[in-house]
Amino acid sequence: MSTTVAADSAVDATARARDLLGVTRLTNTALTSWLHGLPGVDQVGAEARAAALGTRSIKTTSKQWGIDTAISMIDLTTLEGADTPGKVRGLCAKALTPDVTDLSTPRPAAVCVYGDMVEIAKDALGADSRVNVAAVATAFPSGRASMPVKLADTRFAVEAGADEIDMVIDRGAFLAGDYLTVFREIAAVKEACGDARLKVIMETGELVTYDNVRRASWLSMLAGGDFIKTSTGKVSPAATLPVTMIMLEAVRDWLDLTGEMVGVKPAGGIRTSKDALKYLVTVNEVAGEEWLDNHWFRFGASSLLNDLLLQRQRIATGAYSGADYVTDDSPSLY
Amino acid sequence: MSPTAQRTSQRADERLDVRKTYKLYIGGKFPRSESGRSYEVTDSRGKFLANAAQGSRKDARDAVVAARGAFAGWAGATAYNRGQVLYRIAEVMEGRRAQFVAEVRASEGVTERRAEALVSAAIDRWVWYAGWSDKIAQVLGGLNPVAGPYFDISAPEPTGVVGILAPQRSSLLGLVSVIAPAIVSGNTTVVLTSELRPLPAITFSEALATSDVPGGVVNLITGRTAEVAPWIASHRDVNAIDLAGAAEAEGVVWGDLELAAADNLKRVVRPAGVGADAVEPDWTADPDLSRIQAFLETKTVWHPKGR
Repeated sequence: MSTTVAADSAVDATARARDLLGVTRLTNTALTSWLHGLPGVDQVGAEARAAALGTRSIKTTSKQWGIDTAISMIDLTTLEGADTPGKVRGLCAKALTPDVTDLSTPRPAAVCVYGDMVEIAKDALGADSRVNVAAVATAFPSGRASMPVKLADTRFAVEAGADEIDMVIDRGAFLAGDYLTVFREIAAVKEACGDARLKVIMETGELVTYDNVRRASWLSMLAGGDFIKTSTGKVSPAATLPVTMIMLEAVRDWLDLTGEMVGVKPAGGIRTSKDALKYLVTVNEVAGEEWLDNHWFRFGASSLLNDLLLQRQRIATGAYSGADYVTDDSPSLY
Repeated sequence: MSPTAQRTSQRADERLDVRKTYKLYIGGKFPRSESGRSYEVTDSRGKFLANAAQGSRKDARDAVVAARGAFAGWAGATAYNRGQVLYRIAEVMEGRRAQFVAEVRASEGVTERRAEALVSAAIDRWVWYAGWSDKIAQVLGGLNPVAGPYFDISAPEPTGVVGILAPQRSSLLGLVSVIAPAIVSGNTTVVLTSELRPLPAITFSEALATSDVPGGVVNLITGRTAEVAPWIASHRDVNAIDLAGAAEAEGVVWGDLELAAADNLKRVVRPAGVGADAVEPDWTADPDLSRIQAFLETKTVWHPKGR
């Protein structure tokens, strides 16, 4: 039964792509001419606009709102080879109670772990915490595995209870110009996700140009991604403001074109409250206010939460806070 | 004199002053104040000397971050190594002796001879404290006699980030007399310099920057003591505060600072004086170990002792 439904949605993605592209058969040539027909990104202009958006001064109550909103948008992440059940439980405890000194602190949107840790995270968070579990899949972070393996990886995480799946695209295929392969992979993983929301990691640090970021964004949305995500966090540069801005433009234009809303998730390298507020300004100015919600915008981060908590404490107490007043999330030696 | 030579000498007479605008010293770099402000520094008679950066609470915050970042490395260095680094600072100070003498003289309004003596005393004081680096543990730590089969050892360790209000009057001797005892044991510091006499402290930061002391171990902020001190006193990532400079600082009530410091149980070194009155002590007097001891924690280890 479920496979029939899934097969239908794959047909849907291809059929819709045919409609949007105005072709009778979805070929790599058709995808190429469509993606390469997108307007090019003015690199200097994009960087200047992103830098200008980063200079906005956000103070007092706006800052307070921004900090709480940013906390609620975090996908609290641990993606290490050394992840233990204990570390994942610790991360979940942190998600449930981000600041023991202030229980009014909002909870992050999700915890993000490897697929084999989903069950542990699900169990630690409980049923009614409203904190989702996101799992990375499809041979994260490189994406270099066969298609059956990638799909099995996805299904395993979904069956374990993942609410969200973060997949990586095949950057090798994308850079080689084989857009159809990337399209098919995303569509197939989307099928395998069932009800779980799919975030498509484009690994923008490996895509070289802003034009490629724009193309990958459109390709991911065309293939059915619910979210487009910058990075795995394993490649430098990870998320940057200009790249995120270009992705926000893409989801805005996609909404105009299709009436569907797609989320954006910058991940990696966002560590300070100041950075987070710059991203929120950019979301508001580029995509619009509708995206200022954790259903449509996320931060993939681990250390960002602590910095936001320090700022929150600073506002609450009137004194600068320090690392002694937030949890130390580094792996324990004991 | 030939006409050409005359013209040259005329031009030399008309050379414009290089008016100095100094910056802060944070994390081994010399940033401008985040606030963009500066203030005029004058000599004891009110004649303009230079512009100094007027640090803000955010500069203090950045300095604490720098000090915290430098702590693990500095505290983890061997005592011998810290001693060598401090000696090297004394060498660099000696090389800048003439500049220090001129600035102490201008700032404090003392005679040339007195300024010479103060600078010598400051460098000697620094060397005196440097010598303590590998002796603190022997003198202040040791083996405790306990009623059981254990080696019981107490060892002094640095407390962390120390906020320092540098003395207002004694611009160099007072300054080194409060910085050296804090850093010799491995603490890192955020120092608010004398408000009206900051020039020797600024030159001292240049000496630090050209020696081997890691960036962030000493951070110097020039500006208004009354404006910035409360933020250091209340900062929860600062482990101790030396209130020496509360004496004669305009608008500073040291009791308020001690109260703010109590919030995270900072170690507090009160200024000299009786009751609420803070006075600046005579910094030429021989020091003891009290200032070193004020910024130490004691770690005690129990180790089973077999036969």
